[in-house]
Order: sequence, then C-alpha cells, then structure tokens
Amino acid sequence: MSDRLFGLIVLIGSVAYFLAAANIPTSFLVDPVGPKLFPRMISAVAGLCALLIVIKPDEEPEWPVAGTWFRLAIALAVLVAYAYTLKPLGFLIPTAVAAGVLSYQIQARVVAAVLTGIGLSGGLFIIFKFALGLSLFAVPRAWLG
Amino acid sequence: MDTFSLLAQGFAVALTPTTLALAVAGCIIGTMVGALPGLGPSNGVAILIPLAFSFGLDATEALILMTSVYYGAMYGGRISSILLNIPGDEPALMTTLDGYPMAKAGRASDALVLSGVASFVGALLATFGLMLLAPILANVAYLFGPAEYFALYLLAFSTLGGIASNNQRKAALAACIGLGIAMIGLDNSTGLGRFTGNNLHLMDGVDFLVAIVGLFAVSEVFIFIESHGKSSAIGVKLESITIPFKDIARCTGTMLRSTVIGFIAGILPGAGASLGSFLAYMAEKSYVKDNSMFGKGDPRGVAAPEAGNNAAAGGALVPMLTLGVPGSGTTAVLLALLMTLNITPGPLLFTERPDVVWGLMAALLIANIVLLILNVPMVRIFVKVLSVPPRILLPGVCMVSFVGIYSLSGSYFDLILMILFGLLGYFLRKLNIPTVPIILGILLGNHMEDSLRRAMVLSGGDWKYLFQSGISIGFWIAAVTGFVAPVFLRRFITKPQAHKD
Repeated sequence: MSDRLFGLIVLIGSVAYFLAAANIPTSFLVDPVGPKLFPRMISAVAGLCALLIVIKPDEEPEWPVAGTWFRLAIALAVLVAYAYTLKPLGFLIPTAVAAGVLSYQIQARVVAAVLTGIGLSGGLFIIFKFALGLSLFAVPRAWLG
Repeated sequence: MDTFSLLAQGFAVALTPTTLALAVAGCIIGTMVGALPGLGPSNGVAILIPLAFSFGLDATEALILMTSVYYGAMYGGRISSILLNIPGDEPALMTTLDGYPMAKAGRASDALVLSGVASFVGALLATFGLMLLAPILANVAYLFGPAEYFALYLLAFSTLGGIASNNQRKAALAACIGLGIAMIGLDNSTGLGRFTGNNLHLMDGVDFLVAIVGLFAVSEVFIFIESHGKSSAIGVKLESITIPFKDIARCTGTMLRSTVIGFIAGILPGAGASLGSFLAYMAEKSYVKDNSMFGKGDPRGVAAPEAGNNAAAGGALVPMLTLGVPGSGTTAVLLALLMTLNITPGPLLFTERPDVVWGLMAALLIANIVLLILNVPMVRIFVKVLSVPPRILLPGVCMVSFVGIYSLSGSYFDLILMILFGLLGYFLRKLNIPTVPIILGILLGNHMEDSLRRAMVLSGGDWKYLFQSGISIGFWIAAVTGFVAPVFLRRFITKPQAHKD
C-alpha cells in the first residue's frame, strides 16, 4: 500500500514535471536537443518506474506507531526552529535546546538529555570557534551591546 | 615522467607538517566514523566537507583529509561488526558473518587484529593498483568524447541500480529523482532558469552538499528517534591484544585473492566497496576446500571481506579520479568535494594538477601505515568510542551538519532545504529506496545532459552518433547487462543473512 501510494505520488509528480518542462524558456541560441528534452526524458523514465512500483509493490514497511510519529514531528519542528534561531539568538542557547530535545526524543531520560544539550552546545562551540576558527556568536548580538 | 619520480613529488607534498597532521587526523576521525554504527563513511565525509571549507584548506589538503577519513572509515567499520554484530558501515556487513561468531568464541582480539591486517593488505595493494592503473586509464580517457561520457554516466547509474540494489525500479526511480533535482537552476547552454518557480535561491540550483548532508546525516536522526536509540552494549569480552601469527599466515592467500577481487569490483563504476566485500567473501567460500566453518567463525571469513572492501575502496578512486564517475556512495561524496573545490576530475587532472593527484596517492600510502598502527595496537581506544550512546551521538551529528551548512552558505533557505532532504531521506529509507543514486543524479545530472547535448551538436542532431564508437557501444552493452543481469543472477546468489542472537 505504501509503495502504491508513493508510486502514485511520483507518477503525478513526473507528469507535472513533464508538463512544467514546456514552460522552460528557450533562447535564440538553440542546440539540436534544447533545454527541454532531457528533463522530459527523466520524467518519462521516472513515470515508468513509478508505474512499475504501483503495479508490483514490495512488502509493506513497518511504519512507526502514532506516539512515534508525534516524536518525529517534534524533532522536525525543533530542527526548523533551530535553523531560524541559530543566527539571531547566537550559538549556545538554540544548540543546547535543540540538542537536548533531540536527545530526549531518542531516549526519554530528562537529566541525560539536559546534560547532553549543555555539553554538546559548549563542547561544539569550543571546537568550532577556537579549534576550527569559524565565526560564531555565542549569545544574541544584542547582549554584546 | 615515470611513476616513481611523480610519486616522489607527491611525497614532497604529503610530507609537509600540515598535510601529515591532516592525514593523521583524518585517519583517527575516519576510524571513529567507521566504527560508530549510524555514522557511515558517506555521511561522515559529507558532514566534514563544509567544515573543511570553513577551515580554509586548499584543494590538496582538503582532499587528503577527506580520503584519509574515507580509508579510515573502511578500516573502522569492522570494529562494531566484530564486537556488536552491527556493521559500522554497509561494506562491513559481510564481516559480521564470521567476525561476530569468532568474537563470541573468545577470539575477539584475534578477529580484530586479523581483520586489521587484512584491511592493511587490501588497502595498500589497492593504492599501488591505483597508482599503476589510474595514469593508464587517464590516457585512455582522452579518447572519450561526449557520446562516450553519456554512455559512461548511464553505465554508472545502471550498475548502481542493478548490482547494488535489490529492486531495479526503485533504484532507477531514485536516479531519476536525483537527475530531476539537478535540472533545477540555470541551464548551462541558454543561461535561463529551469524549474526554479521564480525563486531566487533556486537559480543557483540545489547545492549537492545540502542534499548529501540532509539525505545521509539528518535522516539518520529520524531513523534513530524511531528506533528509540536502542543502545548497543558490547556483548563480547575483549582480552589483551595479541597477534595471531598463525591465522595471519594461514590467511595470506585469502587476503591476496580477496584484494584482487575487491579492487576489480571497486573499479566498476557504481558498484563500490559493499560489492567488493560481498564478492570477496563468496569467492573465498567457494574457493577453499573445507568451507564448513564459514559463517561460524572461520578466520578466512573475516580476512576475505575486509581485504575485499578496503581494496574496493582504493579501486573506487580509479574511475572517480580519471573519469569523474564515482564508484560508490562515498566516492560520490568525494567527487562533490572535488567539484566544490573547482577541480574537475578526468585526464586533465593528471597532467595539469599532478601535485593534487600524486600528493593524494602519497598521502594514502602514509595513511595506510598510520591506520595499521591505529587499528592494531591502538584498537582499544576505538572500542571505547563504541560506548558513546546514540542519544549523544545523533544530536551531535545533527548540530555539526547545521553548523557546517550554515557556515558554508549562511542562508536559512539551505538549512530548511537540508531538513526537507532529511525528511525525504527518512521516507525513502522506510520505503527501501536507495539514496545513493539520488546523490549521484544530483552530482552528475548536468554533466550527463551537457554530454548528450554536445554530442548532438557534433552530430547535428543525429541520434545514431551515440552508438558510433566501439567504446560507447561497449558502455551501452555493459549498462544494459549491468542493469538486467542481476535479475537472473539473484536466483543463484543469495546474500547470506547476518546472525541473530
């Protein structure tokens, strides 16, 4: 079922890709192949493979249970938040929080997760800043005045 | 100039204090990366690339650091195979078959030393093979025109899909996804955007480092969250390290045979180290007279896959350096490194940048000796590394990936894209769709299209041109057989299953 669904999504995607290739602008300097043909070839092959997967799917993979999906969603949200806070909030705080939450999602032990967060944040900062010489800000720039 | 004077030149490059230090650091990091389950050679090298850039290494130095990591990971993979029955990286899977039973029988140290020596023999001889073969192949590569390159790229995808995966349609689909992603961005010949949706960030295309780090490293975090980070306790006792001279002597033939097989498997574009260790193990099993102990702790079953996979690791560098076609997932990542450094692999690399090529080869020879020391007398240190729990390791890997990509581009867009690739990687792995063809597709997509278009310009649009030289016909035939043959062979060759406790 998962394979069928995936195959169907890819099939639709490859048709859309094929059609989108029509919108590729061509310049007056055109070679015999042009910029549209190769993307179309790719989408044709992809569509064919997707069709074969729909027709002959593999065994169903073991999907996680509802609780695990929830933890995966939290992890995803944390990563996105980390991506957006790394610059404005400096390295130390977002890294400690993100690493701590991820650690807790992997193994639900509060104290260990907090220590992992703090340890990774501090340790990596020292490595990045002083051993590798990356320009990182430890804390929000506003704090530095 | 002959090989020796070139190599002497290479040693002049490799023996400077900085390069030497980088090679040693690379070996140490590589062995750790290889030993830790959940951190294979490809994602280990991938997350280090952005850092190597921020560190401001020049081309030769960066390449030496990364290939040392690559060689080191091939050595290190065996440690967790033998002690935990979990392959540290994919090629080390075959080592679990006899390595773990041997360790359970109280011979963990013998298995570690023997496999370390086998790795050394395989890697060292393969490095010599690389030095002899690469310049020859580089000369042959001068004969390649765009039609030949197009067929060669196709061959890489089809062998990768045919031999290295269990499901052709999924591997081919993965390659198409990668190629499709590569099309995003400015078209090389018209200079106009394709599939960008008028997004300025997409005009430059999708950076392959972002895709690699996302697919390999970030997806691993999701996988581990799902598996609750089952920590692996070392199940077997490691007594004092002694050298089992008897076993080593008995396995000399095994190592040499496996090295040859592994090296050849490594050269095949798209096949790589996993195939090398698999073929070496299977060949050794059918070659020896008394194979009743195979799978139950036969020392030859430990030596064969280790010599095989390390030889294949060296072999895989041959097509990567001479043709720009990687032979495995990790060499694909190394190719990404070269392309980011603005070095185009191929025959010209050998004539225009001999310092890079021969410096690399000399560094590999040095790295091998360092690795032998690290992996035999000092193996205990790396055994300790295995006790780092996933709840510390995985967040760490994730943070390093973020900082690496962030320091490279400084844009939120790339970080979000990396997370999306991580999510995609998670679903693809659940659906058993290989991710290496995607990487290869993103890396080679534009080259593949360019060679097709250039071939058509040369022929004035005549498609028969693609099949006109002997070389290209050979590649087409090999591509088709490489893709189709495994379907029939699979009936006769089944992969041995790992032990269950």
